[in-house]
Amino acid sequence: MNNLILLVPLLPFIGFLVNGLFRKSLSKTMTGVIGSGVILAAFAISIYLFLQVRSGGAIPTSVYFDFINIDKLNVQFAFQVDQLSSLFLLIITGIGFLIHLYSTAYMHEEKPEHFARYFAYLNLFVFSMLLLVMGANFVIMFIGWEGVGLCSYLLIGFWFKNTNYNYAAKKAFVMNRIGDLGFLLAIFWIIAKLGTSNYADVFASVKSFTPAELTGITMLLFVGAMGKSAQIPLYTWLPDAMAGPTPVSALIHAATMVTAGIYMIARSNIMYTIAPFTSHFVAIIGLATAIFAATIALKQNDIKKVLAYSTVSQLGYMFLGLGVGAYTGAVFHVMTHAFFKALLFLGAGSVIHAMHHEQDIRNMGGLKKYMPITHITFLLGCLAIAGVPPFSGFFSKDEILVGAYNENPLYYYIGLAGALMTAFYMFRLYALTFLGKFRGTHEQQHHLHESPSAITFPLIVLAILSVFGGLLGIPALFAENAHSLEKWLDPIFAGSHEYTTAHHLEHSTEWMMMGVSTLLIVVIIVFAWRSFSRKERFEENKGFGKVLENKWYVDELYDNIIVKPLNGLAGFFKDVFEKNIVDGAVNGVGRLVQYSSRQVRLLQNGQVGSYILVMVLSLIVIVLLFREQTVIVSALRKIF
Amino acid sequence: MNLSLLIILPLVTAIILLFCKGLKQVRTVSLIGSVAQLVLSFTLLSNYWQERSSGNTAKMLFESNYTWFKPLNINYHIGVDGISIAMILLTAFVVVAGVLVSWTTEKLSKEFFFLLIFLSVGAYGFFISLDLFTLFFFLEVAVIPKFLLIGIWGSGKKEYSAMKLALMLMAGSALVFVGLAGLYFNTGTFDIMALSQMQIAVDVQKFFFPFAFIGFGIFTALFPFHTWVPDGHSSAPTAASMFLAGISMKLGGYGCLRVATFLMPDAAHAYSGIIILLATIAIIYGAFATMMQKDLKYINAYSSVSHCGFVLLGIGMLTKTSINGAVLQMVSHGLMTALFFAAIGMIYSRTHTREVAKLGGLLKVTPFISTVFVIAGFASLGLPGLSGFVAEMTIFMSSWQNPDKMYRLATILACASIVVTAVYILRAAGKTVMGPISDSYVKLTDATWNEKLAAGLLIAGILVIGIAPFLINQLINPGTETIMQQLGKVIIP
Repeated sequence: MNNLILLVPLLPFIGFLVNGLFRKSLSKTMTGVIGSGVILAAFAISIYLFLQVRSGGAIPTSVYFDFINIDKLNVQFAFQVDQLSSLFLLIITGIGFLIHLYSTAYMHEEKPEHFARYFAYLNLFVFSMLLLVMGANFVIMFIGWEGVGLCSYLLIGFWFKNTNYNYAAKKAFVMNRIGDLGFLLAIFWIIAKLGTSNYADVFASVKSFTPAELTGITMLLFVGAMGKSAQIPLYTWLPDAMAGPTPVSALIHAATMVTAGIYMIARSNIMYTIAPFTSHFVAIIGLATAIFAATIALKQNDIKKVLAYSTVSQLGYMFLGLGVGAYTGAVFHVMTHAFFKALLFLGAGSVIHAMHHEQDIRNMGGLKKYMPITHITFLLGCLAIAGVPPFSGFFSKDEILVGAYNENPLYYYIGLAGALMTAFYMFRLYALTFLGKFRGTHEQQHHLHESPSAITFPLIVLAILSVFGGLLGIPALFAENAHSLEKWLDPIFAGSHEYTTAHHLEHSTEWMMMGVSTLLIVVIIVFAWRSFSRKERFEENKGFGKVLENKWYVDELYDNIIVKPLNGLAGFFKDVFEKNIVDGAVNGVGRLVQYSSRQVRLLQNGQVGSYILVMVLSLIVIVLLFREQTVIVSALRKIF
Repeated sequence: MNLSLLIILPLVTAIILLFCKGLKQVRTVSLIGSVAQLVLSFTLLSNYWQERSSGNTAKMLFESNYTWFKPLNINYHIGVDGISIAMILLTAFVVVAGVLVSWTTEKLSKEFFFLLIFLSVGAYGFFISLDLFTLFFFLEVAVIPKFLLIGIWGSGKKEYSAMKLALMLMAGSALVFVGLAGLYFNTGTFDIMALSQMQIAVDVQKFFFPFAFIGFGIFTALFPFHTWVPDGHSSAPTAASMFLAGISMKLGGYGCLRVATFLMPDAAHAYSGIIILLATIAIIYGAFATMMQKDLKYINAYSSVSHCGFVLLGIGMLTKTSINGAVLQMVSHGLMTALFFAAIGMIYSRTHTREVAKLGGLLKVTPFISTVFVIAGFASLGLPGLSGFVAEMTIFMSSWQNPDKMYRLATILACASIVVTAVYILRAAGKTVMGPISDSYVKLTDATWNEKLAAGLLIAGILVIGIAPFLINQLINPGTETIMQQLGKVIIP
């Protein structure tokens, strides 16, 4: 079993090595087959592991070797396949495979060498992501965590000749690094306290932490999650990350990597449950991000930017769920979001592919006619994300919002407002892209076509999942004991139940909430549909709209209050402090020596007598020094 | 196993070089000699493992002791433990790589390779010495060739840099000498192992420790005595930069550990706060000073100041884990900085510029060199899987283990440097290997076999440490144990 488990991350790693090292000699077909094949194989093993967990419960931790073992610091290289990680394994390898397949068509214009480089990076990403979720301790999670950050960097900057793309890649990495700093400190803290970072040991001894320590550790872990999962204030890298190829945005920046923060907190749920301050903080940050990103998405015109802000916003909902203790709901939303957001991004990619790299939705319109499969699947994705029953997003979002209502009704109302905005901007996007008349150039119109089957097949699979995926978590309202995901994840969250009192809303209240929100969402959809399906002219945004279009000027703000002062400090160190003070002192000593040697030179006056005098005197001094060293040492000691 | 072979072999190589004619002969001999060094170091490693696994728990292995100068009780006493072997292996790797990247040095090639090989005599001798005088002797052997290498084969303001480097290192040596002499005159012996058995009066330790520590510290870029590093590195020819940062700076770290800390444990405890303070300043200051540098070599040089700060931080924390981390960081930094300088050298020899602003898009024309550059960069910013991560991680974790608030603050500040490091590394990588390419670089050729080999060797070392750090931990553990016993003797009031 241990070897089989090891094979899951190893296969993508082999794919990375083969595609990376032989990128000049492999044909595109071979590259595609290897790149996708290893992921498919990993998916097959993941299914097997999943079934194993289903029949026999969590598989005992597989320990491979001592990664670091010095004194009180012991880090094992070990994997853990249990209910939570096996679920993530399926999402990562399953959706990962579909996206690899999609990429073989989407990236086909690249030269073989770059095509192979792309697949090598993508395989490396899957490898790192698997490390992240399979690791049995925080250090292995961190290794995967940084690994996915690296791949994200490499893939955002995949078209490396473009300076802006490189800038976006760098920004993503650096912002993630700020989060990683928090994560690292949390790991140090845990290890300093317990001498281990194994999940099993850490969660078993949560009681040995003082409340202050626990709050500190969970807050620092959450800083890590803020970076990777793009929450306020570290979210600005994600929209810029859209510079990467679209399948990358689907896999890394929507379905998997950005949910790593949710995985981390779900994994350490027990620590968060008994650190109420942090939990409140997580909920508030999540809610704020959900709303804030949704407002920006209202006014974006780049098809990928709308989806990117929508991802930030949806991630906010997941954190809201975690913060209010609706852990299952958060993981459920990770899953459904992976389905419909991957679908939406891949659909957007299909559109961009057909439009020859046009991304501005103002220049689209009427694509329904030309791309029927893309259109239908995209529409299903929009319905799912908007939360229309019985599509998947409805169930998962509802579960989070019910959890929020139990914690504080205000959270629910704000969350609902965000959901309405989601419905609005998604159908604005849909209508502007697929409905109405085509607004692009004739050249573009001439080339419009439905994408090849390597692109439409993943769309269809994901569309089916987006429609029916919600059935895994049917609320008790509809049928008792039908929430199979909750039962599945119960062993993971069992520890937290001890500390929480279960709330149950009156069924009538729940029916009413559900009914009202569905009604409002449908009204908004109809409104957006009607407003944008025949839109021909676009005015300049003014006033508040302009603020939203410019993303509340947050990038400019960060630039002025953080980047510029730090650059200034660095410049001061380099040009002033180093040159004048440190080097000035060194050169000053040099000059002093030169000066004094000019004075000392006068001693050498060429008269043998004075040389001998100096020599004798020096000898006496040296002899005295040696003989009386204890006296001198003690004298010097008195001085110092 | 006769350790003197480590000195004799490069010495013989250097002497043969004197009789060689022409670049081809010279470089062949140098390569054979340096590969032989590498083989020898691995033999040493395997012999060491054999001894240890057969139950030999002596503190130092393969010792030999000859009287050198009786009246002053100076002995040629040599021996190794795991820490020295780690440093010897590092030296052997860097020497081979250094010879390979200097493959086409036309100017005074015989003298150039002679000095390179001669430098390694000093380094090996230093790492195996168990007698303070012998140790000091080899330290000096390692300084002089650097002056010549920079002064003759250097670039830019090479005279100034060579002079600055030589004078600052000489000043360091002078301080070291005071420290060593102080120990000698208070105990009557230069022998490290004998000294470690003695109870040296705390006052004496406190008086002479700063001399030894600052003296060695200058070698390893102790703040504020670091300014020789950027100027020296940037003016030096590629191989000399690799030696300087890869090996010479480690002489200092090793000296701080083996001489200052090991022999004067009471003083080490007394001064640990100051050491940590200076190390933390070096880490942060070095990182920020790097951010706005425009020359690739200056970037790596200032980043070395920052990274060597980790070594001093590890030493200053005085725990087993931290000292382990410090040694790990020395090896790791030696390899990755040598790799970085090698990559910069390859870029410079093709584009004739090291200015970041003038470069760009090299990934398109020289993918191998660019990849090496990026790997070196990622090693430097502590990416998991590469050596820097493990070393920094160990140091940070050990320093966080001290619950004192000041130590925690120092850890947070030092750890924050990982963000700054990411900024400057990615800025350099983004502007050098990515972005649009200038027309004048379109026809550049990628790495030659010797350059590929040099880079491959160093990358292999970086990967092995990064993926299987336990190998090197096991190697150095008994050595740190010895140092810890010594530090454990101290009664902290």
